[in-house]
Amino acid sequence: MFVYALKRLGVAVLVAITVSMVTFSLLYLSGDPAMALAGESATQQDIENIRRVYGFDRPIILQYLSWAWGALHGHLGYSNYLRTDVAAVVFERLPTTMTLGAAAISFALILSIPLGVLAAMRPNTVVDRFALTLAVVGQALPSFWFALILIFWLGIEWRLLPITGTESWKNFIMPAIALGYYVTPGVMRLTRAGMLEVLSSDYIRTARAKGLRSGTVLFKHALRNAIIPVVALTAVQFGFMLGGSIVIETIFAINGLGYLAWESIQRADMPVMQAIVLVLACIYIVLTFLADMLNAFLDPRIRVA
Amino acid sequence: MKRSIKKTLSFAAVWLMVWAAPATAGKSNDTLVWATDRDEAVVDPYFNNTRELVVIGNTVWDGLLFLDLKSGKYLPLLAKSLPKWIDNTTLEVELREDVTFHDGSKLDADDVVYTVNFVANKDNGVLTQANVNWMKSAEKLGPYKVRIHLKKPFPAAFAYLSNVVFIMPDGHYDKAPTKPDGKKDIGAVKQVGTGPYMVTEVIPGERIVMKKNPNYFKGGPKGQPQIGNLVFRTIKEMNTQVAELLTGGLDWIWDVPKDQAEKLQSRVQVTNAKTMRVSYIQFDVNGKSGTEYFKNKKVREAFAHAVNREAIAKNLVGPASVVINSACHPDQFGCTQDVPKWKYDPEKAKKLLKEAGYPNGIEFDLYAYRQREYTEAVIGDLAKVGMKANLKFMQYRALRSLVWENKTPVNHMTWGSNSVPDASACTSHFFSGGRDDFAKDPEVIKALETADTSTDPKVRKREYKKALRKISGELYWLPMFTYAKYYAYSNQLDFTPTSDEIPRFYTAKWK
Repeated sequence: MFVYALKRLGVAVLVAITVSMVTFSLLYLSGDPAMALAGESATQQDIENIRRVYGFDRPIILQYLSWAWGALHGHLGYSNYLRTDVAAVVFERLPTTMTLGAAAISFALILSIPLGVLAAMRPNTVVDRFALTLAVVGQALPSFWFALILIFWLGIEWRLLPITGTESWKNFIMPAIALGYYVTPGVMRLTRAGMLEVLSSDYIRTARAKGLRSGTVLFKHALRNAIIPVVALTAVQFGFMLGGSIVIETIFAINGLGYLAWESIQRADMPVMQAIVLVLACIYIVLTFLADMLNAFLDPRIRVA
Repeated sequence: MKRSIKKTLSFAAVWLMVWAAPATAGKSNDTLVWATDRDEAVVDPYFNNTRELVVIGNTVWDGLLFLDLKSGKYLPLLAKSLPKWIDNTTLEVELREDVTFHDGSKLDADDVVYTVNFVANKDNGVLTQANVNWMKSAEKLGPYKVRIHLKKPFPAAFAYLSNVVFIMPDGHYDKAPTKPDGKKDIGAVKQVGTGPYMVTEVIPGERIVMKKNPNYFKGGPKGQPQIGNLVFRTIKEMNTQVAELLTGGLDWIWDVPKDQAEKLQSRVQVTNAKTMRVSYIQFDVNGKSGTEYFKNKKVREAFAHAVNREAIAKNLVGPASVVINSACHPDQFGCTQDVPKWKYDPEKAKKLLKEAGYPNGIEFDLYAYRQREYTEAVIGDLAKVGMKANLKFMQYRALRSLVWENKTPVNHMTWGSNSVPDASACTSHFFSGGRDDFAKDPEVIKALETADTSTDPKVRKREYKKALRKISGELYWLPMFTYAKYYAYSNQLDFTPTSDEIPRFYTAKWK
């Protein structure tokens, strides 16, 4: 297990380094970073001054190392647009996106696991077809369209929920449904497949033969084993949700990291874009690493593969 | 079991209905919440020239004068009476003695002298230089008396003193914090004005909160503010803005697309009003962006003949919009429409493109920032004649930087002239050789210089006409149409749109 963990950690670190290189190169995508930082009314002298102060006149490898060192210590640059330290604004917005991501994944699990179990218990029946339809619709619906439908019914027609903002937990319900629904099909189908496999195994037959109640067989013996891959998938999907909340945050005017990313692209605010890409990528790498560890812990075959 | 599930579900539904978040806008909270899709990080009318800041500028700050749209006359605002012309380049202004800033300090001559001297100094980097670069300096004659010295005769001075020259307290920008590069961050200074509302909170990209100024001076032409609080919110999605308006989360929105405005009419108040904003296409006529097509006048002509401006104005913008042919707004002084015109003629466009040496068409990037659907209509028309335009849609601030760096081959832009009713606020801004002037035509620059500085209205009109004819004839710009905005606002709100695109929130009240 230890060797496996070291190997996965090595891969995670390599991915993180690659991501940091790509992220660093973003700064040069918009042309001369000194010119971008100096602003519209800057003179050539101002630009040269910025180039010197920020070290843009040094070899690029040195610039990268110095930037990566700063990032490791939480210094992600300065946003001329927001006139603030980038790390401060990114970490101020991160909790909102994490809350939205957590709410969305919770919604997805609450909906998909019972559906998956039900579908596995009654394969090829109306229940199974219903669950499958729900899954297909979830995968096919564009999230922005689904969000607008939710706004129309829950926000405008029935006035059940607030439409924009983050003032209370109620503001997160619609965005969480819109964002979480997209994840539902994958989790539901994985639960169904796992349950189908487990339910046909010998130890379940034995448990039934022993006269155990069906609830005990289902939840204590079957689901506990079938849920293993779902746990790993959930960790990865959570990472997807953090990065994929841009559209949902924009529609619901939620001031999170996704919304900030969208604004920063439009403002050509490269230091903020860099920081968001880096932070989200790192979270994703950590989640993937944790998912790998969890899988290995639960299934010894993975460790030796 | 089933009964208990049913019971739980109905309880949850009722609970949700009871606890649905209360609306934060509206009469009950005495808070007028308005939204646009623009996010404002810098809340200062000199260092942010978006329309939203023109509106907030007129709400939080005052100028020396005020333009009464009903009578078309200039009235004194912070001035006690209309300024006196001492000679062609000197104005003498007496100030009111009963005005206080939001921080409690009294307005006097030092504030006006400081403001004029600060904004007139090019090194201080006021964004729209044309708004202030006609002033040379100011001097104090007494505690409430100042003289403003102009660089040269400037007949439109009153228009600018009314709409864009806002008075800041003495030493206002000296408090600016220092950025990491050692330069002053002027945009970060706390907002202090004399206007009917004061800024209490700024969350960049999210909201600007303003509160009624309880000490706003009495007897001024702006009157007394009626509504307790104003909140500007950034909501990028128009559908979300509409949803918030319908559910009481917002009280006021504008730039509503025509089709949506028509549907909203039965549920909220909807008005289509003309504005001073014009839409135009700007060509990189010198090929500095690296795309050389538009150096060729025939390509520009083909572009002009390909776009059905009439259809866009009528079908997308609204009934109050009209097609324009010159580089200014028809309501501005000196803005003649007696210039070369480019009719919609796709066949001629194809022919011209062929003559220009592009029988198989051309492909280029078209930059835009406002009302994507208008630009998409332009792109659709261009495609019909073989001109493939790739849309690059971005925030105004980012696009403006690219334009100033000459990186854009074609831009679909708009300009509101800061609502100044004089051609100098539009034509001269774009064609006097500055960073917005791609053409830098010496003949146009000379004509505009004469028009901007002459005190004889006939000479001014003649010179503007000369410049405008050259601009349209050479197609440095393809003037498109005037903007007409759809406003949608709550049924509880007593609000009247104005033609200068500066909503007077300080005159709005609840019904």
